[in-house]
Amino acid sequence: MTGPMMWTDGNMLGGPLHDVFRPDVTAAMAGCSNCGWTGPMAGVRVFDHAPGVVARCATCDQVLLRMVHGPGRAWLDLRGLSYLQLPMTEET
Amino acid sequence: MARAAVLGRLNWRAAQLVAVHGESATARTLILDAPGWPGHLPGQHVDVRLTAEDGYSTQRSYSIASAPAGARLELTVERLEDGEVSPYLADELRPGDRLELRGPIGGWFVWHPGDLDPVLLLGGGSGVVPLMAMLRTRVATGSTTPMRLVYSTRTPDTVLYGDQLRRLGERDSALRVELAYTRRAPEGWQGPVGRLDGARLTTLAWPPTDRPACFVCGPTGFAEAVANLLVDQGYAPERIKTERFGPSGA
Repeated sequence: MTGPMMWTDGNMLGGPLHDVFRPDVTAAMAGCSNCGWTGPMAGVRVFDHAPGVVARCATCDQVLLRMVHGPGRAWLDLRGLSYLQLPMTEET
Repeated sequence: MARAAVLGRLNWRAAQLVAVHGESATARTLILDAPGWPGHLPGQHVDVRLTAEDGYSTQRSYSIASAPAGARLELTVERLEDGEVSPYLADELRPGDRLELRGPIGGWFVWHPGDLDPVLLLGGGSGVVPLMAMLRTRVATGSTTPMRLVYSTRTPDTVLYGDQLRRLGERDSALRVELAYTRRAPEGWQGPVGRLDGARLTTLAWPPTDRPACFVCGPTGFAEAVANLLVDQGYAPERIKTERFGPSGA
């Protein structure tokens, strides 16, 4: 599906990425390796009308993250991010 | 360490539909019993997974509508005409039926009841659902934080939680509910009809100088437009949190 506003936002990444990361990803701060944008992952654009999930920078449209599930495995491509700062709880 | 690891996992859990409550011609609230539910913060969502007999499985995210209450939680589901999951949840699912939940999810689009800053809630269509959880949690926790809801909806027939919102607004001077009709208003309506614009926002919301915490939720087009409107009006971008749920459905 294509067209304007055919996207949602990074809030929906919380569930799918919880399979991979223990901390909440929606509240993580992200950096775009292309334009330098930084902000919460909740604010990125997410396209999920596809076999996988693609997150793009809301400023420059660069692909930040791709995640695809297969039987018994998942692929995660984070090459568009310069960093991800994850909230950590200080537990022992 | 072992305990933390267990708490950190977000496994799918079985939930059972306990009751159903109609909200509009196209939306209903599902009251679910989810044994072991760890509680949630208002604004969080769950992923709902449905699996067919042939093994085909699909999942969608739905905002939680209720304040935390043990193993009970409520989801309000609007039926999308071309939806794969919502027609089943909005029309077919019967009390006693089971589904799978994962959550609570999300630590960003949440209101913490301890926060004392005034809260401006802006909802479009079923984007009002997580904002309703914030209002309900405010009441449930006895919070006196000033809250204002600006709720954009098409017509009087599409309003969700209408009676509850009216009662909430009447009995609490620190809580105000403002409806904004985009297509048709009820008879005798004095205000304008149409999409929210800067002039109306000025009459309905606190001024930017009050530095309210803003929560905007709705279809992507609504959330984009309102968030831009807030920034244009001088609200601090870092005080605006948005949640967009796709192309339409409002």
